[in-house]
Amino acid sequence: MIHTALKRFGCAVATAAVLATGTVTGASADVLDKVMERGTLVVGVKADYKPYGFLNPDGDIVGIEPDLAQDVADTLGVELELVPVVASNRMQFLDQGKIDLMIATMTDRPDRRKVVNILNPDYYSSGTNIIARKSAEFDEWEDLEGVPVCGIQGAFYNRKTQREFGAKIVGFTGTSEALNALQQGRCAAFVYDDSFLASRLQEAEWSEYNMPLQTIDDAPWGLAVKHGEERFARFMSGMVVKWHVDGRIVELEKEYGIKPTPFTQRMHELFSGFVPKEEG
Amino acid sequence: MEDFFQWFRWLYDETGINLTILYDSFDRERMVRGFFNTIYLSLICLALSVVIGLVGAWLQGSPLKWTRRIVQGYIQLFRNTPPLVQMYFFFFALGSLMPRMENEYGIMEPVLSNWHWAIISLSFFAGAFNVEIFRSGIEAVPRSTVEAAESLGYTRLKTYIYVVLPLAFRVCLPALNNNLVNLVKTTTLAYAIAVPEMLYVANQIWSDSVNVPEMMTFLLLAYVVLVGLLVHVMNRWERAMRLPGYGV
Repeated sequence: MIHTALKRFGCAVATAAVLATGTVTGASADVLDKVMERGTLVVGVKADYKPYGFLNPDGDIVGIEPDLAQDVADTLGVELELVPVVASNRMQFLDQGKIDLMIATMTDRPDRRKVVNILNPDYYSSGTNIIARKSAEFDEWEDLEGVPVCGIQGAFYNRKTQREFGAKIVGFTGTSEALNALQQGRCAAFVYDDSFLASRLQEAEWSEYNMPLQTIDDAPWGLAVKHGEERFARFMSGMVVKWHVDGRIVELEKEYGIKPTPFTQRMHELFSGFVPKEEG
Repeated sequence: MEDFFQWFRWLYDETGINLTILYDSFDRERMVRGFFNTIYLSLICLALSVVIGLVGAWLQGSPLKWTRRIVQGYIQLFRNTPPLVQMYFFFFALGSLMPRMENEYGIMEPVLSNWHWAIISLSFFAGAFNVEIFRSGIEAVPRSTVEAAESLGYTRLKTYIYVVLPLAFRVCLPALNNNLVNLVKTTTLAYAIAVPEMLYVANQIWSDSVNVPEMMTFLLLAYVVLVGLLVHVMNRWERAMRLPGYGV
Protein backbone atom coordinates (compact mmCIF):
# COMPACT_ATOMS: atom_id res chain seq x y z
CA MET A 1 0.00 0.00 0.00
CA ILE A 2 2.60 2.48 1.15
CA HIS A 3 4.85 1.12 -1.51
CA THR A 4 2.37 1.89 -4.31
CA ALA A 5 1.64 5.30 -2.89
CA LEU A 6 5.32 6.08 -2.75
CA LYS A 7 5.80 4.75 -6.24
CA ARG A 8 3.08 6.98 -7.62
CA PHE A 9 4.38 9.91 -5.60
CA GLY A 10 7.95 9.28 -6.65
CA CYS A 11 7.05 9.17 -10.33
CA ALA A 12 5.03 12.35 -10.03
CA VAL A 13 7.91 14.08 -8.28
CA ALA A 14 10.45 12.86 -10.81
CA THR A 15 8.28 14.14 -13.66
CA ALA A 16 7.72 17.41 -11.86
CA ALA A 17 11.43 17.81 -11.27
CA VAL A 18 12.15 17.29 -14.94
CA LEU A 19 9.42 19.75 -15.89
CA ALA A 20 10.70 22.26 -13.41
CA THR A 21 14.27 22.20 -14.61
CA GLY A 22 13.10 22.11 -18.22
CA THR A 23 11.21 25.38 -17.88
CA VAL A 24 13.83 27.46 -16.11
CA THR A 25 13.16 30.35 -18.49
CA GLY A 26 9.55 30.56 -17.23
CA ALA A 27 7.47 33.71 -16.99
CA SER A 28 7.76 35.12 -13.47
CA ALA A 29 11.17 35.43 -11.78
CA ASP A 30 11.09 32.96 -8.91
CA VAL A 31 13.92 31.84 -6.69
CA LEU A 32 15.08 29.23 -9.19
CA ASP A 33 15.45 31.91 -11.87
CA LYS A 34 17.34 34.10 -9.46
CA VAL A 35 19.69 31.29 -8.54
CA MET A 36 20.41 30.54 -12.18
CA GLU A 37 20.86 34.21 -12.96
CA ARG A 38 23.32 34.97 -10.18
CA GLY A 39 25.00 31.60 -10.61
CA THR A 40 25.01 30.94 -6.85
CA LEU A 41 22.78 28.84 -4.66
CA VAL A 42 22.64 30.09 -1.07
CA VAL A 43 21.93 27.32 1.41
CA GLY A 44 21.43 27.68 5.17
CA VAL A 45 23.15 24.87 7.09
CA LYS A 46 24.19 24.25 10.66
CA ALA A 47 27.81 24.96 11.58
CA ASP A 48 27.81 23.52 15.09
CA TYR A 49 26.24 20.16 14.51
CA LYS A 50 28.82 17.50 13.85
CA PRO A 51 28.66 15.59 11.54
CA TYR A 52 25.65 17.19 9.81
CA GLY A 53 27.21 20.62 9.49
CA PHE A 54 30.39 21.73 11.27
CA LEU A 55 33.54 23.78 10.84
CA ASN A 56 36.70 21.97 9.72
CA PRO A 57 40.12 23.16 10.95
CA ASP A 58 40.32 25.56 8.00
CA GLY A 59 37.11 27.24 9.07
CA ASP A 60 35.00 25.89 6.18
CA ILE A 61 31.57 24.46 6.82
CA VAL A 62 31.57 20.75 5.98
CA GLY A 63 29.40 17.76 6.79
CA ILE A 64 26.51 15.70 5.51
CA GLU A 65 24.20 18.65 4.88
CA PRO A 66 26.81 20.83 3.12
CA ASP A 67 27.53 17.78 0.90
CA LEU A 68 23.84 17.47 0.08
CA ALA A 69 23.76 21.21 -0.66
CA GLN A 70 26.73 20.70 -2.99
CA ASP A 71 24.74 17.99 -4.81
CA VAL A 72 21.93 20.46 -5.39
CA ALA A 73 24.31 23.16 -6.65
CA ASP A 74 26.04 20.66 -8.94
CA THR A 75 22.72 19.50 -10.35
CA LEU A 76 21.75 23.09 -11.11
CA GLY A 77 25.24 23.83 -12.40
CA VAL A 78 25.80 26.79 -10.08
CA GLU A 79 28.22 27.76 -7.32
CA LEU A 80 27.34 26.96 -3.72
CA GLU A 81 27.34 29.48 -0.88
CA LEU A 82 26.78 28.21 2.64
CA VAL A 83 25.26 30.38 5.36
CA PRO A 84 25.49 29.13 8.95
CA VAL A 85 22.09 29.19 10.68
CA VAL A 86 20.82 28.25 14.13
CA ALA A 87 17.48 26.91 15.30
CA SER A 88 16.14 30.31 16.32
CA ASN A 89 16.84 32.12 13.03
CA ARG A 90 16.75 29.55 10.23
CA MET A 91 13.09 29.99 9.29
CA GLN A 92 13.39 33.77 9.40
CA PHE A 93 16.43 33.67 7.10
CA LEU A 94 14.47 31.62 4.58
CA ASP A 95 11.44 33.86 4.85
CA GLN A 96 13.54 37.02 4.37
CA GLY A 97 15.29 35.56 1.33
CA LYS A 98 18.73 35.51 2.99
CA ILE A 99 18.94 31.86 1.97
CA ASP A 100 17.30 30.04 -0.95
CA LEU A 101 17.15 26.64 0.69
CA MET A 102 17.44 25.34 4.22
CA ILE A 103 19.08 22.03 5.05
CA ALA A 104 19.56 22.59 8.76
CA THR A 105 18.61 19.53 10.82
CA MET A 106 15.08 20.86 11.13
CA THR A 107 12.42 18.59 12.54
CA ASP A 108 9.34 18.45 10.32
CA ARG A 109 6.43 19.74 12.41
CA PRO A 110 2.96 21.00 11.42
CA ASP A 111 3.37 24.47 12.95
CA ARG A 112 6.63 24.95 11.07
CA ARG A 113 4.94 23.92 7.83
CA LYS A 114 2.76 27.00 8.26
CA VAL A 115 5.85 29.22 8.28
CA VAL A 116 8.04 27.60 5.63
CA ASN A 117 7.44 25.04 2.89
CA ILE A 118 8.84 21.79 4.29
CA LEU A 119 9.28 19.39 1.41
CA ASN A 120 8.08 15.85 0.97
CA PRO A 121 9.62 13.38 1.42
CA ASP A 122 11.66 13.99 4.57
CA TYR A 123 15.37 13.32 4.26
CA TYR A 124 16.42 12.25 7.73
CA SER A 125 15.12 11.40 11.16
CA SER A 126 16.23 11.66 14.75
CA GLY A 127 14.87 11.84 18.26
CA THR A 128 15.70 13.43 21.58
CA ASN A 129 18.04 12.03 24.20
CA ILE A 130 20.54 13.25 26.78
CA ILE A 131 24.19 12.71 27.51
CA ALA A 132 25.28 12.63 31.12
CA ARG A 133 28.19 11.40 33.19
CA LYS A 134 27.99 7.64 33.59
CA SER A 135 28.11 8.21 37.36
CA ALA A 136 24.86 10.20 37.26
CA GLU A 137 22.88 6.98 36.60
CA PHE A 138 19.77 8.35 34.95
CA ASP A 139 17.43 5.53 33.90
CA GLU A 140 14.30 7.27 32.73
CA TRP A 141 13.21 10.74 31.76
CA GLU A 142 11.38 11.20 35.05
CA ASP A 143 14.77 11.06 36.86
CA LEU A 144 15.45 14.55 35.48
CA GLU A 145 12.92 16.09 37.89
CA GLY A 146 14.47 19.25 39.35
CA VAL A 147 17.86 18.55 37.74
CA PRO A 148 19.67 21.32 35.82
CA VAL A 149 19.89 20.15 32.20
CA CYS A 150 21.83 22.07 29.55
CA GLY A 151 20.10 22.67 26.25
CA ILE A 152 20.17 24.82 23.17
CA GLN A 153 18.09 27.98 23.07
CA GLY A 154 15.21 27.53 20.70
CA ALA A 155 15.15 23.72 20.59
CA PHE A 156 11.58 22.46 20.71
CA TYR A 157 12.15 19.63 23.19
CA ASN A 158 13.32 22.09 25.88
CA ARG A 159 9.68 22.77 26.59
CA LYS A 160 8.79 19.10 26.97
CA THR A 161 11.86 18.31 29.06
CA GLN A 162 10.96 21.19 31.34
CA ARG A 163 7.20 20.79 31.42
CA GLU A 164 6.68 17.04 31.45
CA PHE A 165 9.82 15.80 33.15
CA GLY A 166 10.42 18.79 35.44
CA ALA A 167 14.04 19.41 34.41
CA LYS A 168 15.54 22.88 34.86
CA ILE A 169 16.66 23.84 31.37
CA VAL A 170 19.84 25.91 31.16
CA GLY A 171 19.81 27.06 27.53
CA PHE A 172 22.90 28.21 25.66
CA THR A 173 23.22 29.71 22.21
CA GLY A 174 25.28 26.93 20.63
CA THR A 175 26.31 23.32 21.16
CA SER A 176 29.93 24.17 22.01
CA GLU A 177 28.81 26.41 24.88
CA ALA A 178 26.35 23.82 26.14
CA LEU A 179 28.90 20.98 25.97
CA ASN A 180 31.46 23.17 27.72
CA ALA A 181 28.95 23.95 30.45
CA LEU A 182 28.25 20.22 30.85
CA GLN A 183 31.97 19.50 31.22
CA GLN A 184 32.33 22.35 33.72
CA GLY A 185 29.58 20.81 35.83
CA ARG A 186 27.07 23.60 35.28
CA CYS A 187 24.41 21.02 34.53
CA ALA A 188 23.92 17.28 35.04
CA ALA A 189 23.00 16.40 31.47
CA PHE A 190 22.68 17.85 27.98
CA VAL A 191 19.45 17.32 26.07
CA TYR A 192 19.74 17.29 22.29
CA ASP A 193 19.23 15.26 19.11
CA ASP A 194 20.36 11.67 19.60
CA SER A 195 22.12 11.68 16.22
CA PHE A 196 24.39 14.52 17.32
CA LEU A 197 25.00 13.05 20.76
CA ALA A 198 25.85 9.64 19.34
CA SER A 199 28.51 11.11 17.10
CA ARG A 200 30.02 13.02 20.04
CA LEU A 201 30.16 9.95 22.25
CA GLN A 202 32.55 8.35 19.77
CA GLU A 203 35.18 10.91 20.75
CA ALA A 204 37.67 10.05 23.50
CA GLU A 205 36.92 13.30 25.32
CA TRP A 206 33.43 12.02 26.09
CA SER A 207 34.34 8.52 27.28
CA GLU A 208 33.07 9.27 30.79
CA TYR A 209 29.63 10.04 29.39
CA ASN A 210 26.78 7.99 27.99
CA MET A 211 23.33 8.33 26.46
CA PRO A 212 21.31 6.58 29.14
CA LEU A 213 17.67 7.22 28.24
CA GLN A 214 15.18 5.85 25.74
CA THR A 215 15.11 8.16 22.71
CA ILE A 216 11.82 10.03 22.54
CA ASP A 217 10.03 11.98 19.81
CA ASP A 218 11.72 10.22 16.93
CA ALA A 219 10.78 12.64 14.20
CA PRO A 220 11.69 13.23 10.56
CA TRP A 221 13.82 16.15 9.34
CA GLY A 222 12.74 18.18 6.35
CA LEU A 223 14.38 20.45 3.82
CA ALA A 224 12.59 23.73 3.46
CA VAL A 225 12.09 26.44 0.86
CA LYS A 226 10.06 29.61 1.07
CA HIS A 227 6.30 29.36 0.64
CA GLY A 228 5.21 30.18 -2.87
CA GLU A 229 8.35 28.90 -4.56
CA GLU A 230 6.51 25.96 -6.12
CA ARG A 231 8.92 25.24 -8.93
CA PHE A 232 11.95 25.15 -6.66
CA ALA A 233 9.99 23.06 -4.16
CA ARG A 234 9.16 20.44 -6.80
CA PHE A 235 12.74 20.37 -7.96
CA MET A 236 14.00 19.89 -4.40
CA SER A 237 11.48 17.12 -3.70
CA GLY A 238 12.92 15.43 -6.75
CA MET A 239 16.42 15.80 -5.30
CA VAL A 240 15.37 14.20 -2.02
CA VAL A 241 13.75 11.29 -3.84
CA LYS A 242 16.94 10.90 -5.85
CA TRP A 243 19.05 10.81 -2.66
CA HIS A 244 16.82 8.10 -1.21
CA VAL A 245 16.93 6.14 -4.48
CA ASP A 246 20.73 6.34 -4.71
CA GLY A 247 21.26 5.69 -1.00
CA ARG A 248 23.29 8.90 -1.01
CA ILE A 249 22.44 9.78 2.59
CA VAL A 250 23.35 6.31 3.89
CA GLU A 251 26.64 6.70 2.00
CA LEU A 252 27.30 10.08 3.63
CA GLU A 253 26.50 8.73 7.08
CA LYS A 254 29.15 6.04 6.58
CA GLU A 255 31.59 8.58 5.19
CA TYR A 256 31.22 10.74 8.31
CA GLY A 257 31.53 7.78 10.64
CA ILE A 258 28.04 7.39 12.07
CA LYS A 259 25.78 4.39 12.08
CA PRO A 260 23.13 4.69 9.34
CA THR A 261 19.82 5.46 11.01
CA PRO A 262 16.94 3.04 10.51
CA PHE A 263 15.05 5.84 8.74
CA THR A 264 17.57 6.40 5.94
CA GLN A 265 18.00 2.68 5.39
CA ARG A 266 14.25 2.14 5.22
CA MET A 267 13.80 5.03 2.79
CA HIS A 268 16.59 3.71 0.59
CA GLU A 269 15.00 0.26 0.49
CA LEU A 270 11.54 1.67 -0.25
CA PHE A 271 12.63 4.07 -2.95
CA SER A 272 15.28 2.01 -4.66
CA GLY A 273 12.78 -0.79 -5.28
CA PHE A 274 10.75 0.88 -7.99
CA VAL A 275 13.09 3.02 -10.00
CA PRO A 276 14.33 1.07 -12.99
CA LYS A 277 18.10 0.67 -13.19
CA GLU A 278 19.65 2.47 -16.12
CA GLU A 279 20.45 0.04 -18.90
CA GLY A 280 24.02 -0.37 -20.15
CA MET B 1 -9.23 36.32 35.01
CA GLU B 2 -9.07 33.03 33.12
CA ASP B 3 -11.71 34.35 30.69
CA PHE B 4 -9.50 37.34 30.03
CA PHE B 5 -6.56 35.05 29.18
CA GLN B 6 -8.70 32.76 27.04
CA TRP B 7 -9.82 35.75 24.99
CA PHE B 8 -6.25 35.79 23.57
CA ARG B 9 -6.64 32.21 22.40
CA TRP B 10 -9.71 33.36 20.52
CA LEU B 11 -7.65 36.29 19.18
CA TYR B 12 -5.08 33.81 17.85
CA ASP B 13 -7.73 31.66 16.16
CA GLU B 14 -9.41 34.68 14.62
CA THR B 15 -6.51 36.93 13.66
CA GLY B 16 -3.34 34.83 13.91
CA ILE B 17 -1.88 37.13 16.61
CA ASN B 18 -0.37 34.51 18.86
CA LEU B 19 0.22 35.80 22.39
CA THR B 20 1.03 32.50 24.11
CA ILE B 21 2.42 34.44 27.07
CA LEU B 22 -1.18 35.34 27.95
CA TYR B 23 -3.30 32.28 27.23
CA ASP B 24 -0.77 29.51 27.88
CA SER B 25 -0.12 29.20 31.61
CA PHE B 26 3.32 27.61 31.12
CA ASP B 27 4.55 30.41 28.86
CA ARG B 28 2.88 32.98 31.08
CA GLU B 29 4.64 31.77 34.20
CA ARG B 30 8.04 31.66 32.61
CA MET B 31 7.62 35.11 31.08
CA VAL B 32 6.56 36.54 34.46
CA ARG B 33 9.66 34.95 35.99
CA GLY B 34 11.78 36.33 33.15
CA PHE B 35 10.34 39.79 33.70
CA PHE B 36 11.15 39.74 37.40
CA ASN B 37 14.58 38.25 36.73
CA THR B 38 15.32 41.20 34.45
CA ILE B 39 14.20 43.63 37.17
CA TYR B 40 16.19 41.78 39.82
CA LEU B 41 19.33 41.66 37.67
CA SER B 42 18.93 45.34 36.76
CA LEU B 43 18.45 46.53 40.34
CA ILE B 44 21.42 44.62 41.72
CA CYS B 45 23.70 45.76 38.91
CA LEU B 46 22.46 49.37 39.17
CA ALA B 47 23.26 49.47 42.89
CA LEU B 48 26.63 47.73 42.55
CA SER B 49 27.73 49.81 39.57
CA VAL B 50 26.95 53.06 41.41
CA VAL B 51 28.93 51.86 44.44
CA ILE B 52 31.82 50.84 42.18
CA GLY B 53 31.65 54.26 40.50
CA LEU B 54 31.72 56.14 43.82
CA VAL B 55 34.57 54.11 45.28
CA GLY B 56 36.49 54.16 42.00
CA ALA B 57 36.18 57.94 41.64
CA TRP B 58 37.42 58.39 45.20
CA LEU B 59 40.39 56.08 44.65
CA GLN B 60 41.15 57.92 41.42
CA GLY B 61 41.83 61.06 43.46
CA SER B 62 44.15 59.15 45.78
CA PRO B 63 47.60 60.60 46.42
CA LEU B 64 49.05 57.07 45.94
CA LYS B 65 50.32 56.56 42.40
CA TRP B 66 49.66 52.81 42.26
CA THR B 67 46.07 53.11 43.48
CA ARG B 68 45.38 55.56 40.67
CA ARG B 69 47.06 53.27 38.14
CA ILE B 70 45.05 50.23 39.21
CA VAL B 71 41.77 52.16 38.93
CA GLN B 72 42.85 53.42 35.51
CA GLY B 73 43.73 49.87 34.46
CA TYR B 74 40.33 48.60 35.58
CA ILE B 75 38.56 51.35 33.60
CA GLN B 76 40.57 50.63 30.47
CA LEU B 77 39.95 46.90 30.72
CA PHE B 78 36.20 47.09 31.22
CA ARG B 79 35.44 50.10 29.08
CA ASN B 80 37.39 48.86 26.08
CA THR B 81 35.92 45.36 25.85
CA PRO B 82 32.42 44.43 24.64
CA PRO B 83 30.16 43.30 27.50
CA LEU B 84 29.21 40.11 25.64
CA VAL B 85 32.88 39.16 25.34
CA GLN B 86 33.35 39.89 29.04
CA MET B 87 30.37 37.72 29.89
CA TYR B 88 31.72 34.77 27.87
CA PHE B 89 35.21 35.31 29.25
CA PHE B 90 34.04 35.38 32.84
CA PHE B 91 31.68 32.44 32.60
CA PHE B 92 33.58 30.05 30.34
CA ALA B 93 37.22 31.04 30.94
CA LEU B 94 37.45 32.37 34.50
CA GLY B 95 34.45 30.33 35.66
CA SER B 96 36.15 27.03 34.89
CA LEU B 97 39.18 28.01 37.00
CA MET B 98 37.08 28.58 40.11
CA PRO B 99 37.27 26.10 42.98
CA ARG B 100 34.58 23.44 42.71
CA MET B 101 32.07 22.21 45.21
CA GLU B 102 29.89 19.15 45.02
CA ASN B 103 26.26 20.17 44.50
CA GLU B 104 23.09 18.25 45.35
CA TYR B 105 23.27 16.24 42.11
CA GLY B 106 26.73 14.91 42.92
CA ILE B 107 28.45 17.08 40.32
CA MET B 108 31.56 19.14 41.03
CA GLU B 109 30.26 22.58 40.12
CA PRO B 110 32.36 25.78 40.05
CA VAL B 111 31.43 28.04 42.98
CA LEU B 112 30.15 31.06 41.07
CA SER B 113 27.01 30.46 38.98
CA ASN B 114 25.97 32.10 35.71
CA TRP B 115 23.88 34.56 37.76
CA HIS B 116 26.93 35.60 39.77
CA TRP B 117 29.04 36.08 36.67
CA ALA B 118 26.33 38.08 34.93
CA ILE B 119 26.06 40.38 37.96
CA ILE B 120 29.84 40.74 38.26
CA SER B 121 30.37 41.41 34.59
CA LEU B 122 27.49 43.88 34.16
CA SER B 123 28.25 45.75 37.39
CA PHE B 124 31.92 46.19 36.60
CA PHE B 125 31.15 47.11 32.99
CA ALA B 126 28.72 49.88 33.98
CA GLY B 127 30.90 50.71 37.01
CA ALA B 128 33.86 51.59 34.77
CA PHE B 129 31.74 54.19 33.01
CA ASN B 130 30.35 55.40 36.34
CA VAL B 131 33.85 56.09 37.65
CA GLU B 132 34.48 58.43 34.74
CA ILE B 133 31.04 60.00 35.10
CA PHE B 134 31.63 60.72 38.79
CA ARG B 135 35.08 62.06 38.00
CA SER B 136 33.52 64.56 35.60
CA GLY B 137 31.25 65.72 38.45
CA ILE B 138 34.08 65.85 40.97
CA GLU B 139 36.26 67.91 38.68
CA ALA B 140 33.42 70.39 38.30
CA VAL B 141 33.49 71.14 42.03
CA PRO B 142 35.54 74.35 42.45
CA ARG B 143 38.98 73.83 44.00
CA SER B 144 38.23 76.70 46.40
CA THR B 145 35.26 74.78 47.86
CA VAL B 146 37.50 71.81 48.61
CA GLU B 147 40.12 74.11 50.14
CA ALA B 148 37.44 75.71 52.30
CA ALA B 149 36.46 72.27 53.58
CA GLU B 150 40.10 71.41 54.24
CA SER B 151 40.60 74.61 56.19
CA LEU B 152 37.65 73.61 58.37
CA GLY B 153 39.55 70.43 59.29
CA TYR B 154 37.78 67.90 57.01
CA THR B 155 39.83 64.83 56.08
CA ARG B 156 40.04 63.76 52.43
CA LEU B 157 37.32 61.12 52.92
CA LYS B 158 35.05 63.46 54.87
CA THR B 159 35.48 66.20 52.25
CA TYR B 160 34.61 63.64 49.57
CA ILE B 161 31.46 62.41 51.33
CA TYR B 162 30.07 65.68 52.75
CA VAL B 163 31.22 68.35 50.34
CA VAL B 164 32.46 67.08 46.98
CA LEU B 165 30.03 64.22 46.32
CA PRO B 166 26.77 66.08 47.03
CA LEU B 167 27.81 68.79 44.57
CA ALA B 168 29.37 66.41 42.06
CA PHE B 169 26.27 64.23 42.09
CA ARG B 170 24.09 67.07 40.90
CA VAL B 171 26.44 67.79 38.02
CA CYS B 172 26.78 64.25 36.79
CA LEU B 173 23.22 62.94 37.26
CA PRO B 174 22.19 63.36 33.60
CA ALA B 175 25.24 61.40 32.45
CA LEU B 176 24.65 58.82 35.16
CA ASN B 177 21.04 58.43 33.99
CA ASN B 178 22.25 57.64 30.51
CA ASN B 179 24.65 55.02 31.71
CA LEU B 180 22.12 53.35 33.99
CA VAL B 181 19.56 53.22 31.18
CA ASN B 182 22.22 51.54 29.09
CA LEU B 183 22.89 49.09 31.88
CA VAL B 184 19.25 47.98 32.04
CA LYS B 185 19.31 47.35 28.30
CA THR B 186 22.64 45.52 28.52
CA THR B 187 21.17 42.97 30.96
CA THR B 188 19.73 41.23 27.87
CA LEU B 189 23.25 39.99 27.12
CA ALA B 190 23.02 37.68 30.13
CA TYR B 191 20.95 35.38 27.87
CA ALA B 192 24.26 34.22 26.38
CA ILE B 193 25.22 32.52 29.63
CA ALA B 194 21.71 31.17 30.20
CA VAL B 195 20.46 33.64 32.78
CA PRO B 196 16.69 33.36 32.27
CA GLU B 197 15.88 37.05 31.82
CA MET B 198 13.26 38.38 29.38
CA LEU B 199 15.15 38.01 26.12
CA TYR B 200 16.15 34.43 27.01
CA VAL B 201 12.56 33.48 27.81
CA ALA B 202 11.16 35.30 24.76
CA ASN B 203 13.68 33.54 22.52
CA GLN B 204 12.56 30.13 23.79
CA ILE B 205 8.87 31.03 23.47
CA TRP B 206 9.15 32.28 19.91
CA SER B 207 11.09 29.16 18.99
CA ASP B 208 8.37 26.96 20.50
CA SER B 209 5.38 28.80 19.06
CA VAL B 210 6.89 30.48 15.98
CA ASN B 211 5.41 33.84 17.06
CA VAL B 212 8.48 35.98 16.48
CA PRO B 213 6.77 39.31 15.60
CA GLU B 214 4.48 39.14 18.63
CA MET B 215 7.30 38.35 21.06
CA MET B 216 9.60 40.98 19.53
CA THR B 217 6.87 43.59 19.94
CA PHE B 218 6.24 42.49 23.49
CA LEU B 219 9.97 42.68 24.32
CA LEU B 220 10.25 46.13 22.85
CA LEU B 221 7.27 47.43 24.81
CA ALA B 222 8.42 45.75 28.01
CA TYR B 223 11.79 47.51 27.79
CA VAL B 224 10.18 50.82 26.93
CA VAL B 225 8.12 50.50 30.13
CA LEU B 226 11.02 49.29 32.30
CA VAL B 227 13.47 51.95 31.14
CA GLY B 228 10.68 54.56 31.23
CA LEU B 229 10.13 53.75 34.89
CA LEU B 230 13.83 54.07 35.65
CA VAL B 231 14.09 57.39 33.83
CA HIS B 232 11.02 58.66 35.67
CA VAL B 233 12.49 57.79 39.06
CA MET B 234 15.87 59.30 38.16
CA ASN B 235 14.25 62.51 36.92
CA ARG B 236 12.28 62.89 40.13
CA TRP B 237 15.46 62.36 42.08
CA GLU B 238 17.24 64.92 39.95
CA ARG B 239 14.49 67.46 40.67
CA ALA B 240 14.44 66.67 44.38
CA MET B 241 18.19 67.23 44.59
CA ARG B 242 18.17 70.52 42.69
CA LEU B 243 19.96 73.33 44.52
CA PRO B 244 18.61 76.77 43.61
CA GLY B 245 21.37 78.78 42.03
CA TYR B 246 23.65 75.79 41.46
CA GLY B 247 24.02 74.33 38.00
CA VAL B 248 21.16 74.51 35.55
